[in-house]
Amino acid sequence: MADQPTQRGRVRPAPENFLTETDILAVKEGRRDFLRNALLTASATLAGGTAARAADGDPNILTLPAWTTSLGQPVAARPYGLPSQYEKGLQRRESPGLTRMPQVSVSFAPLQGLFGIITPSGLHFERHHQGWVDIDPSKHRLMVHGTDDGFLKQPKVYTVDDILRLPPVSRMHFIECGANTGMEWGNVAVPTVQYSHGMLSCSEFTGVPLRLILEDCGIDWKKAKYVLAEGADGSSMTRTIPIELVQSDEVLVAYGQNGEMLRPENGYPLRLVVPGVQGVSWVKWLRRIEVGDKPWATKDEAIHYIDLMPDGQHRQYTSVQECKSVITTPSGGQILLDKGFYNISGLAWSGRGKIKRVDVSTDGGINWRPARIEGPVNSKCLTRFNIDWVWDGKPAILQSRAMDETGYVQPGYGQLRAVRGSKSIYHNNAIQSWKVTEGGEVSNVQVL
Amino acid sequence: MSRFSKASLSGALVLAFATLAGGTALADGKYSGVGRPATRAEIHAWDIDVRPDFKGLRPGSGSVDQGQEVWEAKCASCHGSFGESNEVHTPLIGGTTKDDIKTGHVLSLVKGDAPQRSAIMKVATVSTLFDYINRAMPLTAPKSLSNDEVYGLVAYLLNLAEIVPADFVLNEKNIAEAQARMPNRNGMSTDHGMWPGAPASKGGIGNGGKPDVKNTACMSNCKTEVKVASLLPVYAETAHGNLAEQNRAVGPVRGKDTSGKAVTVAAAPAPLSENAAAAKLANDSGCMACHGVANKIVGPGYNEVVAKYKGQADAEAKLVAKVKAGGQGVWGAIPMPPQGHLKDGDIRSLVKWILSGAKAQ
Repeated sequence: MADQPTQRGRVRPAPENFLTETDILAVKEGRRDFLRNALLTASATLAGGTAARAADGDPNILTLPAWTTSLGQPVAARPYGLPSQYEKGLQRRESPGLTRMPQVSVSFAPLQGLFGIITPSGLHFERHHQGWVDIDPSKHRLMVHGTDDGFLKQPKVYTVDDILRLPPVSRMHFIECGANTGMEWGNVAVPTVQYSHGMLSCSEFTGVPLRLILEDCGIDWKKAKYVLAEGADGSSMTRTIPIELVQSDEVLVAYGQNGEMLRPENGYPLRLVVPGVQGVSWVKWLRRIEVGDKPWATKDEAIHYIDLMPDGQHRQYTSVQECKSVITTPSGGQILLDKGFYNISGLAWSGRGKIKRVDVSTDGGINWRPARIEGPVNSKCLTRFNIDWVWDGKPAILQSRAMDETGYVQPGYGQLRAVRGSKSIYHNNAIQSWKVTEGGEVSNVQVL
Repeated sequence: MSRFSKASLSGALVLAFATLAGGTALADGKYSGVGRPATRAEIHAWDIDVRPDFKGLRPGSGSVDQGQEVWEAKCASCHGSFGESNEVHTPLIGGTTKDDIKTGHVLSLVKGDAPQRSAIMKVATVSTLFDYINRAMPLTAPKSLSNDEVYGLVAYLLNLAEIVPADFVLNEKNIAEAQARMPNRNGMSTDHGMWPGAPASKGGIGNGGKPDVKNTACMSNCKTEVKVASLLPVYAETAHGNLAEQNRAVGPVRGKDTSGKAVTVAAAPAPLSENAAAAKLANDSGCMACHGVANKIVGPGYNEVVAKYKGQADAEAKLVAKVKAGGQGVWGAIPMPPQGHLKDGDIRSLVKWILSGAKAQ
C-alpha cells in the first residue's frame, strides 16, 4: 500500500480509519479540535519530514504520483473486471450468530457504501436454503404443468435455449427478504445499515413474462388461481404465487441481471422475479411451475415466513413488502469528519408501486423536510433520495419516512408494534433512526 | 461450451421423436418450435408437492417404529433423538400440550411465554411436514428417502408430539386423522393486506391489500419530545467485526474503529497463516457444519480424528481418499458425503491441517 495516498485533497487532511476508542472518548469529552490535531500529527509523521510543504501546497499535487509518471496496465489484464483494491471494505457479510450453518444462511449487501439504485451483482444479498449451486445451463429444464390435466392444454418442458428464444422484457425491481430488519423488531440489535437493512438489492432483470409461457401451454385462466414455483437446488424450495400477479405481466422467468446472466448465487440460469413480493417467492434455479387452484402451504409458507401476532395467531401468506425507506449515509457505525455540509442520502421502496415522496427529519421526527427524489422512479423498485444538511456539531437524530403512490406512509416503531407486537420476525418496515453525537459518531437507535 | 454439443442435440431429437411417435403433436402456436410436450414420466418425476388437502400425496405407509429407526440413522444427529434438537438446529418438537391438540391453538403462543417456537408449535398442516421432509431432507442428501420412510418419519414426529400413539402406522388414508389433531391447526390467519392476489371475498386470500398500520405525513411540530426507546447494546457494536474496515476509506464519513486496537494507518491485511488459511477453507467448504474442532457435531470432532489416526503413517492418504469419495461406518451410521467439488490440493491441505491439530492460527 506504499502508493496509497495518505492525505485527502484538502490541505487540511481528514481522518483515515484510525479513531480508537480513546480518541472517540476524547471527542465525546468535548475536545472538538481533537480530530484535526490528531490527524495533522499523523499525516506529518507519515509524510516523513515534509511538514514544511504545507506552506506551498498539497504534496499530492506538487509531487507527481507514480500513476501519473509511469505506464499503466494493459487491456484485458483482468478479463472480468474487478473493483479497485481500495474498495475492499464493501463486501457482503454474514451477521455472526444469526444462523446455524453457512449453507442455510444470509449475507447482507453493504448499503452503507452504494450509490444510486442498482446493486452490483457481486454485492447482491444472498439467502440460500440448502447451499447455492452452479447449474450447467445445457442440462437445466423448466417444466410447466397443472395440478390436474384441465389447467393447461399442453404441459411443456423448456430448455434454457427455448427460454432465451422467447421475446424478453427488461425491468428494474427491488428484492427484499421478508425478514429484512427482522433482528430489530424488539430492540436495536445490529450496528450498521448493512445488517439492519442489507437483505435488500435492486437489479435490472431480463426475462420472459410467465404469462407468455403459460399461454404457450394453453392455460385456462378461469380455472387457474395460483402457481407453485420450485427450484432445482437441494432444497427445491417452493412458494405459492397468485395468478393475478402473473396475469398482470409483472412476474418474469428471468435469466438476465444487470446486463449479464444471473449469478449462481442469484439463481443461474433461471429465477422467478415477483415484483413487490418478498425475496423468498423469487424462486432461484427455477425448474418447475405448477398451475393449480389452491395454495400449497409449503414449508416456507407454513413454518417459516409466517408472522406471529400478539394474539398468538400467525399470519400466513404475507407476501407484499410494504413501503419502507432508510438513510444509508450517514448511517450507523459511521463517523462524520467535521461540522458543515453533508448530503443525507438513502433508499425508498414499496411493494405496492412507485415512491411518491420521502421526508427527512434531523431532530428525531419533530420536524420534517421533503427530500429530493432522484430519477428514475420505477414501480416496485429502489428509489434514491437526497437532501442537504448542514451539521452544526450538535446531537441529532436522522430519520426518513417514505410515502408510496397508494398514499401509504411508512410507520414508526410505536405504530407498528401497537398492531403487530414485537415477535413477528418478518415485515418490519418501521422508520429507522440514526443518532449523531457531538463527536460525529452515528449509531443505531429506535425512536417511538 | 458448444450450445449444440452432439450429445445434447441427439438426446433432444430422440426425445422429440419419441414424443411425436407417441401421438402428441408439438404445439404449433405463436412461439412455434419453442419447448416441447412434457411426458407423463417427467411430470411424475418432478411433481412431488403435497397440498394441505393431500392432493399430490402418493400412497404408502410407515410406522412410528420404522420412522424412529430412520430418524436415529439420518436425522437425530442434527435434530436430536426426540426432535428437541441439539446445537445444530432449532427444535422441531416441544411446547405443545394435550389441550392444544383439542383446541388446535398452541396456548403458549397466545400467552407469549414460550422461550422459543418449535416447528410443531407453528405448523398447522401435516402435509407441510411430509412435503418438506420428502423434498429437502436430509440436508446433505435431499430426496434420498423412500416414500415409506417419509411416512415413517412423519409418524415418528407426530408421536413425539403426542398427536398419534406409539403403535400408529401412518398412510395416505389416515393422515387426515392426524391433521385433525395438529396442535396449531387453527393457529393461522390470512386476514391481512399483504397478499398480492385476489382477496378472500373473491375466492383468494386476505383483505385485498388494506394496510393494518397507519401513519400520517406530519411535517412540523409532530411531537413534543423524542423518546429513544432502544440503543445499540455495547456487545452488538463489536460483534460484527471492525466497522472501520466495512466502510469506504474516502468520502464524507468513515467507519468507526471497533477493533479495540489503535490503528495508526490503514495497513494491508497480513497474509493468512497456513493454519488460518486451512481453517478458512474448512469453513468455506462447509466442513465445519458437521465437524467441530474439539467436538462431535454430525461427524466426529477433529480431535477425535487425530486420536484415531495417531501414529498411522498412511493416515493422510487414507483420509484424503475418504474426504474425496465419502465414507460410512467408521464413526457410526451417518455417512460422510463425497466432497468431489473440492480440489485435490485443498483436500490435502485440509487433512494435513486436521492431523496437525486444526489450529485456528
